[in-house]
Amino acid sequence: MTDTLQLIASNLPFILKGSLVTLRLVFSALGLGFILGLFLAVGQVYAPKPFPRIISLYVWFFRGIPNLVLLFLFYFGLFPLLGLDFTPLMIAIIAFGLRSSAYQSQIFRGCIRSLGSGQMMAARSLGMTNIQAIKSIILPQALRIAIPGWSNEYPILLTDSAVSYAIGVMEILTRGSLTVSRTYQPMPIYLTCAVIFILLNYGGMKILHHVENRVRIPGFGNTEM
Amino acid sequence: MDNREIILTVDDIHKKYGNTEVLRGISFEVRKGDTKVFIGSSGTGKSTLLRCINQLTIPDSGKIWLHDEEVTHSQKSINYFRQKIGMVFQNFNLFDHLSAVRNVEIALIKVRKMPKKEAREKAMEELRRVGLEPQANLYPAELSGGQAQRVSIARALAMEPDIMLFDEPTSALDPELTGEVLAVMKDLSKNGMTMLVVTHEMGFACSVANEIIFMEQGKILESGPPEQLVRNPRYDRTKQFLFKLGELYGDIGRSQ
Repeated sequence: MTDTLQLIASNLPFILKGSLVTLRLVFSALGLGFILGLFLAVGQVYAPKPFPRIISLYVWFFRGIPNLVLLFLFYFGLFPLLGLDFTPLMIAIIAFGLRSSAYQSQIFRGCIRSLGSGQMMAARSLGMTNIQAIKSIILPQALRIAIPGWSNEYPILLTDSAVSYAIGVMEILTRGSLTVSRTYQPMPIYLTCAVIFILLNYGGMKILHHVENRVRIPGFGNTEM
Repeated sequence: MDNREIILTVDDIHKKYGNTEVLRGISFEVRKGDTKVFIGSSGTGKSTLLRCINQLTIPDSGKIWLHDEEVTHSQKSINYFRQKIGMVFQNFNLFDHLSAVRNVEIALIKVRKMPKKEAREKAMEELRRVGLEPQANLYPAELSGGQAQRVSIARALAMEPDIMLFDEPTSALDPELTGEVLAVMKDLSKNGMTMLVVTHEMGFACSVANEIIFMEQGKILESGPPEQLVRNPRYDRTKQFLFKLGELYGDIGRSQ
């Protein structure tokens, strides 16, 4: 028992460094997915004719490919083909970000649709442009409604991020596996990885709940009265 | 001869939804200070007509002028005209994520580019006008229906429109709340605001309107001052409709 604890303790700093990489990957991909997803959602609801169709193709494409396949396609295929010398971490961020944007766009689209046409009509009747109305009226409401559903994206991306092990991103699992190949102790080391993931998940959800409460508006959206 | 300034001219407006002709040639003029009330059974295009005036619905043909500027087919942005045409909706359509005062000031800040402090003062002034200064910081969900509708009137008034459109402003309210909204509207009318109102509140129509317009199947069947239209309608169809309203709400001719 003490041997095991000692083993974990001596390898923990090495593995923990990976959690910084994991968090960088997850938050960058979340951010990229958020910004892209928002534009995609707005485009799908409000843009003129060919765009909604193109966007739904994009969504269909990125939701249809398993993330490991997408990662390999980017790492071994697309980026070398384009002559781009990106680090595995950068490639993982882009792949996960694009994929997440497809999912996030559908969360946002649903929330925009749930607002009803009256809000847009009232905004336009006051002389706001479409863009002003979307920025000041539609999105502030849609994003608040989106928070509970959007909160799913964090644990999904966090757990999915371990797949980037396959292209050698030095995240938690990669570092764990390196440790196992050195120590031949899979159980304690992988358990350590699992615990780190769970703690990161817990911390992130706490932050999201805090945000949800901070932006709460009386009687609006998914709020407890 | 009426020599008050003509604010709005509506000329032969047509609108089709699919195969349904909602508006079949509507024309009228509105002079400064007019309050015109539109009545008629549902589906006759009253709301569509109002929405055509500020181009929330684009008419298929026909022209609309605000003063001497054409709203339809205009080179100017439609947002320029919408600032001068206030609109109040049946379901209030207050911005649910903004407090009452923010609802009133947001278009001043975003559209008129008014400094925030000035916009806040103006918004408070408008809320005072509809008697809701104490509720300035409440959110729409915290307001009664009547209060919400008064905020939406204040929101439209803040833009200092030349004309106000009311699309069944009290239809979503119970009778007690209807009164407070109608009182605000009466006050507006008395103070010279030019108003087009779609409503079946005949008490309001008879006491405030200088003209009642009866619409039937996308056309104006007849119009006239309340005394004439209510007491002495020209067509049986008008008589029939007024009789139905009377059955529902009591004797409308005498209610005021």
